[in-house]
Amino acid sequence: MAGNAQQLRGNTRWVLSLNAVLVYVFFYAPIALLILYSFSDDQLVGRWGGFTLDWYRAFGQNDEVQNALSVSLRVALISTLLSVVLGTMAALSLERFRFRGNRIFDALLYLPVIIPDVTMAVMMLIFFTSLDDIIGLQVTKGFTTITLSHVAFSISFVSIVVRARLAGMSETLEEAAQDLYASRWQAFRFVTLPLILPGIVGGALLALTLSLDDVVITQFVAGPGSTTLPVYVFGLIRRGVSPLINAVSVVMLAASVLLVVLSLVAQRARGGSVT
Amino acid sequence: MTAAATPEFEVANERNKRRRGLLMALPAYVYLILFFALPLIIVVVYSFATRNRFGGTDLSGWNLEAYAKLGEPIVRDILFRSLWLAIITTVICLLFAYPFAYFLATRSQVVRNLMLVFVMIPFWSNFLVRNYAWRVLLGNDGPVSRLTETIGLGETTILFTPTAVVLGLVYGFLPFMILPLYASIERMDWSLIEASRDLGATGLQTFRSVTFPLSLPGVIAGSILVFIPSLGAYVTPEILGGAKTTLLGSYIVTQFLTARNWPVGASVSTVLMVVMLAATLVYFRKGGRTL
Repeated sequence: MAGNAQQLRGNTRWVLSLNAVLVYVFFYAPIALLILYSFSDDQLVGRWGGFTLDWYRAFGQNDEVQNALSVSLRVALISTLLSVVLGTMAALSLERFRFRGNRIFDALLYLPVIIPDVTMAVMMLIFFTSLDDIIGLQVTKGFTTITLSHVAFSISFVSIVVRARLAGMSETLEEAAQDLYASRWQAFRFVTLPLILPGIVGGALLALTLSLDDVVITQFVAGPGSTTLPVYVFGLIRRGVSPLINAVSVVMLAASVLLVVLSLVAQRARGGSVT
Repeated sequence: MTAAATPEFEVANERNKRRRGLLMALPAYVYLILFFALPLIIVVVYSFATRNRFGGTDLSGWNLEAYAKLGEPIVRDILFRSLWLAIITTVICLLFAYPFAYFLATRSQVVRNLMLVFVMIPFWSNFLVRNYAWRVLLGNDGPVSRLTETIGLGETTILFTPTAVVLGLVYGFLPFMILPLYASIERMDWSLIEASRDLGATGLQTFRSVTFPLSLPGVIAGSILVFIPSLGAYVTPEILGGAKTTLLGSYIVTQFLTARNWPVGASVSTVLMVVMLAATLVYFRKGGRTL
């Protein structure tokens, strides 16, 4: 479709180019300025007062921030691991087998993607609270409840990504492996797994991103003394802006950009286009 | 004999396969029922309950009181304000995303992929941080304010207004509009546009009666993808909006964490959920696939 380029004429071409430039400026100017101001030696957040690394030093020395960061990372790793295993198994089962109730399961898998954060947050809060009322199980809100909630929304995203990968693959290779006397496990380990690995990696990176991004759901199920970094930062922002938040934000931004780059590399390996 | 044996063998094999399929899905199945379906049902149950004097919730004696509350002026205003802001956000996204996606679709493959990567980066970047960036920019004596003062427009005072919220929402969700629009414009049959021009239609006529109708699935998909999260937004209005512009998300959170009126919070959540499900059905009906 390289010939499309000729179809834009005169004014249209200019207007469209200008719009594209505007969109990119809109996307990147705020991020660029935030990064710039995180190095500014001024108590006011939006003013340049010379170069400094003080805010990053403060970030490294702030115990609360460090604690929240460690909770965030542990939650993200554990919930990603769990949701990758569960999500991949669900994807394999739904793409490869037909069994009774798989339509309902399909719907159940899509729901967490559709439901708004706030509703999901409310669901988890009432659920963990009512466990006490209904079966007398006292649940302390904190690390465990956060991780359980993150797995609940990540499974769906992982299985959608892995299914997209599986959908384009035929079963012939696995059948060939089994005809050649590979056990079911060997066929999976040496044939299926390597083929769907890009999908699994993509799903894992998505789960990591979602876990590290979430504010609303975590805020509802976090307990005193154990919050994640985004929830802690969100609390700080509500009390007011500060150069320390600038520095923390830039670190969080860097982490998510790293994940994007990794997922683009994973998709490259998949041989598909960037969408 | 072999002709009779084969189906039997296949039936057993088929049954075996079905069982393995179910077993494999079982862990995720159980997890989602326990930590998703069950909580969902409990929320709906709570929306029919009553708040007692101690701020707790009585589950006995179901009623529609919490839903009746939705008709009260305060809640109704919040409902309409949320709808209105979500609609404005969607329209603004469409106005910028459409020409952008069109431009993107007319570039060469290399340029197109590069441009897409630079749309994906903000799409994946931390949402909280992106909202915070605008808080810094729009703040008192912030860069935007200084810029407008320098060029003689006076101070910028849009922080903590609905305008700032819309700005933040557009910033957050614009990629959700660009990507499906691009997907539908890109796979459009361009010879139809050429045909229209060859038959003497002006650019505007061609756009109105050929290009736009052809890209309609993308327009619908993108609009729903922007509208849904805008309607349920919580982080953006909390950071960029003021106390006077409470939206649905904040209202729900307040009902749970401060006002301790869980039935009302649950009923608003349920309504929100139903709206989303309806929108999603339309989305799939219209052939949207990119989630």
